[in-house]
Amino acid sequence: MDLYEYQARDLFEKYGVPVLPGIVADTPEAVRAAAEELGGVVVVKAQVKTGGRGKAGGVKVAKTPDEAEEAAKAILGLDIKGHVVKRVMVAGGARIAQEFYFSVLLDRANRSYLSLTSVEGGMEIEQLAVEKPEALARVEVDPITGITPTTAREIAVAANFPADLVDKVADVFVKLYDVYKSEDATLVEVNPLILDEDGNIVALDGKVTLDENAEFRHAGHALLEDKAAADPLEAQAKALDLNYVKLDGEVGIIGNGAGLVMSTLDVVAYAGENHGGVKPANFLDIGGGASAEVMANGLGIILGDPQVKSVFVNVFGGITACDQVAKGIVGALAELGSTANKPLVVRLDGNNVVEGRRILEEAAHPLVTLAENMDQGADKAAELANAA
Amino acid sequence: MTIFLNKDSKVIVQGITGGEGSKHTARMLAAGSQVVGGVNARKAGTTVLHTDQDGNAVELPVFASVAEAIEQTGADVSIAFVPPAFTKDAVIEAIDAEIPLLVIITEGVPVQDSAEFWAYAKEQGGKTRIIGPNCPGIISPGESLVGITPANITGKGPIGLVSKSGTLTYQMMYELRDLGFSTAIGIGGDPIIGTTHIDALAAFEADPETKAIVMIGEIGGDAEERAADFIKDNVTKPVVGYVAGFTAPEGKTMGHAGAIVSGSAGTAQAKKEALEAAGVKVGKTPSETASLLREVVAALGA
Repeated sequence: MDLYEYQARDLFEKYGVPVLPGIVADTPEAVRAAAEELGGVVVVKAQVKTGGRGKAGGVKVAKTPDEAEEAAKAILGLDIKGHVVKRVMVAGGARIAQEFYFSVLLDRANRSYLSLTSVEGGMEIEQLAVEKPEALARVEVDPITGITPTTAREIAVAANFPADLVDKVADVFVKLYDVYKSEDATLVEVNPLILDEDGNIVALDGKVTLDENAEFRHAGHALLEDKAAADPLEAQAKALDLNYVKLDGEVGIIGNGAGLVMSTLDVVAYAGENHGGVKPANFLDIGGGASAEVMANGLGIILGDPQVKSVFVNVFGGITACDQVAKGIVGALAELGSTANKPLVVRLDGNNVVEGRRILEEAAHPLVTLAENMDQGADKAAELANAA
Repeated sequence: MTIFLNKDSKVIVQGITGGEGSKHTARMLAAGSQVVGGVNARKAGTTVLHTDQDGNAVELPVFASVAEAIEQTGADVSIAFVPPAFTKDAVIEAIDAEIPLLVIITEGVPVQDSAEFWAYAKEQGGKTRIIGPNCPGIISPGESLVGITPANITGKGPIGLVSKSGTLTYQMMYELRDLGFSTAIGIGGDPIIGTTHIDALAAFEADPETKAIVMIGEIGGDAEERAADFIKDNVTKPVVGYVAGFTAPEGKTMGHAGAIVSGSAGTAQAKKEALEAAGVKVGKTPSETASLLREVVAALGA
């Protein structure tokens, strides 16, 4: 889960990372009040989970509360790369002497953690890595020992910080690692980390990604989720504990196992090329269980998507045998009754497939078509979606 | 031959008394695996009743620790069905006991826990091969099953399979059920895993009974690209590949914790191109991948 900047700021503050005062607001009036409260020069910053806010006009400096209110009017409602700005953070102004970059993140390839540090901050890190790779210090962080005061100083030295700043930034690196470790993050990034004209190190902008698998040991993480911004179908699916991702297409997909479902999306997209360009409408993995209840919940979500014209159920019977899956489908259709109103193509293979098919044939539900295999099922579902 | 395990492998189950542990202990026994006991500190000294492949009753002892289980049974493989919150401790216990092979089925392990136990395993000299987490485990048809793969899909044969996905493994074994498999290994879909595509490819290359290899990948990370580099320099046997997730949108996790395209990194297209550049034939669909594998095997026979 990616956090908003203001959420990252709050986390930083909790761990003693120096940050500027910041107040979140979602109306121009509230922004004016925040600017009055903070006093002096403020920065009004769009809160969106994407980069390039500055270039898109989402960050404005305001010298007075009037200017802050005007800035808020311009920024609220702005569309930044498809993200509509619903709230802004009013932050205190900083007198920047120098900009740096620091991040600590999961390093999949080395199965470890990695810190990236540069004395040339303010630039997008991807750009820096390409244009000035020598200015970016990449230092592995041992997942067991983490960033200690000693390793933090080594990182600062590796990144060529001037000697008089090494201890100061090292202290901030240790605290940022504390955020990473204690909050089960997979990314903590500060860009820019600044030296202000009074000689203080301050985290001016932060990006934090939290590991959703670790939510069970962080009661507060669920509260950080922006439920209002989530797709309503995705939110509904999440409440039912279903692994669902809304996509922009016409063929609803249900399958078991993440890999098989991803593969099903691809096969349907290929089939769609021959049927008016129809595409998969969603990712939905019902897991190994595939009981009637789970199937009914899944079908309910998919049929609630007005874009969906047909549904492809692609199940490989492994632990859960095909006869149970077939019973699940029949039970789900009975449970949904007249709300089940789109054609359903079902492909079953694997464990107990003969019995599974027999159950579906016997039920002879008018909406259900049985497919011989995955390719044929995808083709039929795409054809039905295109014809609808 | 098989890789990583064989019919003589003695298997213990960490979490043998839990729901999943119990269900799959029964399935592994039915598949002919030599399950010799389990671990649950709170139920140490008790036994659990199961039935072996021939229908005979077996009473399996429950031990307090992996170390004790090894000492009493001579076990050389452990499989963990332990809830995510306790997985790290279970893995560290197995590493400390120096079990040669550990399969972690558990889905939903915090990735920092995986990073820590991996670092710990390395620090201890890498005596324990770890498969998973979030994986279906490993099966050598007709010899041993240490995992949750259905044992009845197919039998022994010349193909080696390595995959990030469970159901795609089953799908591919089913497509090629007439040929059969030496070993099929599911390495898991998490961002940090123990055994990698490369480890499995190296083992299949060294295994005389494996004649051709199927490698299944999916979006996220760059494991497939690194495997492609490895294949170019180290694998002489034919490799056929498949990558899932061409239509996955950027920034969305597709079921597996590690299956995410971040910016322009981790796309299926990039993985396919890297594999093809290494001489690997890549199928567009599972069925096309199976056809490519058939052609490759037919060519070997000629």
